[in-house]
Amino acid sequence: MNDPIPQACESCPAFNAGHLTRLGIAIDTVDFVVALAGNPNTGKSTVFNSLTGLRQHTGNWPGKTVSRAEGGFAYNGKKFKIVDLPGTYSLLSTSVDEEVARDFILFGQPNVTVIVVDATRLERNLNLVLQVLEITDRAVLCVNLIDEARRHKIAVDDRMLARELGIPVVLTAARQREGITALLQTVHDVATGAFVCRPHRVQSIPANVAAALERLARQVTARFPGLPNARWVALRLLEGDQRMIDAVKSGELAGLVAGKT
Amino acid sequence: MKSEKIDSADSLLTDANTLRWELGDDYHDSLMEGIYQDAARIADTAVTRSGEQPRFNLDRAIDRLVTSKWTGFPVMFLLLAVVFWLTVVGANIPSAVLASFFLDTVHPVLKGLCVSAGFPSWLTGLLVDGAYLAGAWVVSVMLPPMAVFFPVFTLLEDFGYLPRVAFNMDALYRRAGAHGKQALTMTMGFGCNAAGVVATRVIDSPRERLIAIITNNFSLCNGRWPTQILMASIFIGALAPVHLAGFFSAAAVVVVAVLGVTLSLVVSWSLSRTVLAGVASAFSLELPPYRPPRILQTLYTSLIDRTIYVLWRALLFAVPAGMVIWLVANVTIGSTSLAELFIHWSNPFGLLMGLNGVILLAYIIAIPANEIVIPTVLMLTVLTTALNGVGAGAGVMFEADSAAATADILRAGGWTTLTGINLMLFSLIHNPCSTTIYTIYKETRSMKWTALATILPLGMGFALCFLVALLWRFFLAG
Repeated sequence: MNDPIPQACESCPAFNAGHLTRLGIAIDTVDFVVALAGNPNTGKSTVFNSLTGLRQHTGNWPGKTVSRAEGGFAYNGKKFKIVDLPGTYSLLSTSVDEEVARDFILFGQPNVTVIVVDATRLERNLNLVLQVLEITDRAVLCVNLIDEARRHKIAVDDRMLARELGIPVVLTAARQREGITALLQTVHDVATGAFVCRPHRVQSIPANVAAALERLARQVTARFPGLPNARWVALRLLEGDQRMIDAVKSGELAGLVAGKT
Repeated sequence: MKSEKIDSADSLLTDANTLRWELGDDYHDSLMEGIYQDAARIADTAVTRSGEQPRFNLDRAIDRLVTSKWTGFPVMFLLLAVVFWLTVVGANIPSAVLASFFLDTVHPVLKGLCVSAGFPSWLTGLLVDGAYLAGAWVVSVMLPPMAVFFPVFTLLEDFGYLPRVAFNMDALYRRAGAHGKQALTMTMGFGCNAAGVVATRVIDSPRERLIAIITNNFSLCNGRWPTQILMASIFIGALAPVHLAGFFSAAAVVVVAVLGVTLSLVVSWSLSRTVLAGVASAFSLELPPYRPPRILQTLYTSLIDRTIYVLWRALLFAVPAGMVIWLVANVTIGSTSLAELFIHWSNPFGLLMGLNGVILLAYIIAIPANEIVIPTVLMLTVLTTALNGVGAGAGVMFEADSAAATADILRAGGWTTLTGINLMLFSLIHNPCSTTIYTIYKETRSMKWTALATILPLGMGFALCFLVALLWRFFLAG
């Protein structure tokens, strides 16, 4: 790989501080699992490649990652496995790729979920972000294609976004490797618990739906005490999601509580 | 929903069920609305657009041209033609240089080495005249076109043109009862059918996915481009004045490629009306913004990921195939070789379809990889016509120095323009290569569909070649 980062950066201590080692597919024992979610065509695979050093084919068209891809990297002495989920617009419908993505974020229990969004289409992309934040409270928002946003004279206020969403926000241009080091550090901080997220939960829900959700969520909590995402479970149960119904029946959800220490 | 089966003893699930009934159908929509509202509010606080939108929006202007009802398809054909023209013109000279190096310089040296090392002649033949020559031929003929075709194609992809192709094709595929995303998997098939078959995973409905898998073979894969390009330059280009030959050859290849797309539509249509009946499902396709391609990086990755990868695969299959060719040409029953026996036996059948026995045998030997069809054809032609002074003996695959010399050999072997055209057609419409067949089996897990995907195009190829030969002889030969 020809690395476009200029020589000056490589000699700078700040750049070398973390000691990023790309592990490719050598991922036998890992400390943390990172999931990579996002809308189609936001550059998830490019982010994936720049973290792992793998060269998963990237293309400028939606839906090119068909199944999930896995790779690894080491940063600051910790080993990370990163899972590139298929790009989806939402997590609430019945298509296979959305099922793969939402089941992995819930049942796969990644230590961190990185949500990659397109800086030029932030509003549409935030729908998915809010849905992911219903499932997990350990997430990092990667606002990618920031170079393109600059070209279109769009400014994204990362601090405001971080405050609203309650998770760290990193602006990146993965194709140019801009912001990748900051992303690594942030993922590391969230994974190790150095940074604690307080994710935004959707508020603009009609009163009757909100009441039903709350009631059911309370029951979910009663049944599985300590479950961090009871409202999401309630939400899926109201949707009649068979996978979630099975998870309640089999007690798989109790396992999620045990896993989350 | 399968909620009827909920265990009544589970109060949580019963309650969820009751609440779901109470909330009714609006639940999903009102939830989505809530999410959209929050998203809009947050985006509003965090995003600022400075200044007015640029007066001239380049993206939209390009989209208007390439996805228009009137100019979309012409632009598509034009772009394809330019890509092929670049490939035909750009690959010619490097091909000749590589061929003269590997075949005229290295080959005699290797042979000399084997002789001086005291190898028995059958071993020298098998290794040098079979395995080495097959590999050398694949490199000299495959590498140059791929080194031009893949980077150019990848640049188009990187730029964002492929989704526009899918957008244009979507309506056609839907009318054929197939999934619009089949347009994307079809485009992938232009690179490699096995990759195209795997790519059909983006299609959710099993019915539509099967249609996409079965028809992917109608996308000309890179192993078949060299055959198309060579046949077009020899037999179609020759019909045109010299300065237009390149253009005519490229146009002929476009016609064959478009015929492939048309056939995939026709077959999709017939499948969705018969064995795979059903309604096409809807999907949303985002037209991504155009991005200036990173030229150097694209060149690098397309060379490594695609060109070298495909070349390696071709070599892997060509080397054993080269040995097989040498064997069938040199193992004799009585005084005739196996190859000659088969060719004489199948020739009448081949000629009936405007092909010949040589082509049929070549397609059997080349099942592992379409890339080696042409070398096999040339070798077998020399063998059966016993041309003096050409080639290097029985069962030696060789590269003729130029397209003109290849043409001479083929003409001496009784080839006509009809043979050239029908070989182009048959190369488009025949069974998938063994890798693709295996991939189809892995993806469908069904012998039945794998068999259909294999036999259907083969039958269609025979039928079409027969028809063309019939018409050709009726109208042109009187």
